[in-house]
Amino acid sequence: MNYSSLQLIIFFGLVVFGTVITRTLPFLLIPDRKEIPKFLKYLANVLPFTMIGMLVIYCLKNISFTDTNHALPEIISIAAIILLHLWKSNTLLSIGVGTLLYMFLVQYVFV
Amino acid sequence: MMNKKAALLAAFGHTIPVFTGYMVLGAAYGLLMDSKGLSLLWIFIASVFVYAGSMQFVAVTLLSLDFDPLGAFLMTLMVNARHLFYAISMLGKYRGLGKMKPYLIFSLTDETFSILCSTDAPEGIDRKWFLFFVSFLDHIYWITGSILGGILGGMIDFDTKGIDFVLTALFVVILINQWKATKNHLPALIGIGSAISCRLLFGADDFIIPAMLLILLSVTLIRTPLERRNKQ
Repeated sequence: MNYSSLQLIIFFGLVVFGTVITRTLPFLLIPDRKEIPKFLKYLANVLPFTMIGMLVIYCLKNISFTDTNHALPEIISIAAIILLHLWKSNTLLSIGVGTLLYMFLVQYVFV
Repeated sequence: MMNKKAALLAAFGHTIPVFTGYMVLGAAYGLLMDSKGLSLLWIFIASVFVYAGSMQFVAVTLLSLDFDPLGAFLMTLMVNARHLFYAISMLGKYRGLGKMKPYLIFSLTDETFSILCSTDAPEGIDRKWFLFFVSFLDHIYWITGSILGGILGGMIDFDTKGIDFVLTALFVVILINQWKATKNHLPALIGIGSAISCRLLFGADDFIIPAMLLILLSVTLIRTPLERRNKQ
């Protein structure tokens, strides 16, 4: 790392600024006093479902079905989470067991 | 006072998976920054003010290249573009929150969004403080994790390999909860389908923006039939 302090300040300042833009822009365009356009209301209703779906795939973006493990740790753990959650409907239990199972698989089974 | 305490406790329960994920990923971030020769102060500044996990990791990579402020800025917009959709989703929910609103907007990460878009404050809990504490606790976890990573450096010997899967698990469980809560699964399928097809077409590093555009196009196309069906 060969940035000077000033360069670091500018660098992080711009990264903060860019991030803040992506989070605030819709709120700046439609402040509290303005009516939310119908199309955006519609988007607000459907986007949470699409974005969570997208986030799941985002987390799995680096898996490969052709490497030595064939993405089996991910497939097995997610299948276990789905079954356990449909059975017990306990969020923390499903997440905890799924994560421990995944850790066990990548540390001891598919090394 | 009682209101705040009850809201804090309720919020804490919902953030436990994020606590695990952020402590571990935050520590990994602190470790990485430390290995690049950045001081604790910079780790702290980045985690407090950038507070966007994937972008912070990308920024570490950029720091080892030549100084390119415009490139860094544009890269930030691209990596964080998905926040635009989170913000649109929260336009209504974050109305009328007064002084708290700017902080809630600033701290809307993937994980905080995933909790707040799918959960309402429990019965009898002050909604405003619930939203605040979920956001604030997640922020604190991230800062704490990254500082600990920066301090401990290579001292951690416990095998944590795979523990970051906790955030994948969180999103999967939220997806199941959402799936059970609605009869119309088309939006969820559009999200999954767009992401998978764009991941295959554009590769792991460049698929989020194409996927967002495909999502936007698809949900726009199904709007009229969807609203007609809802009216019936």
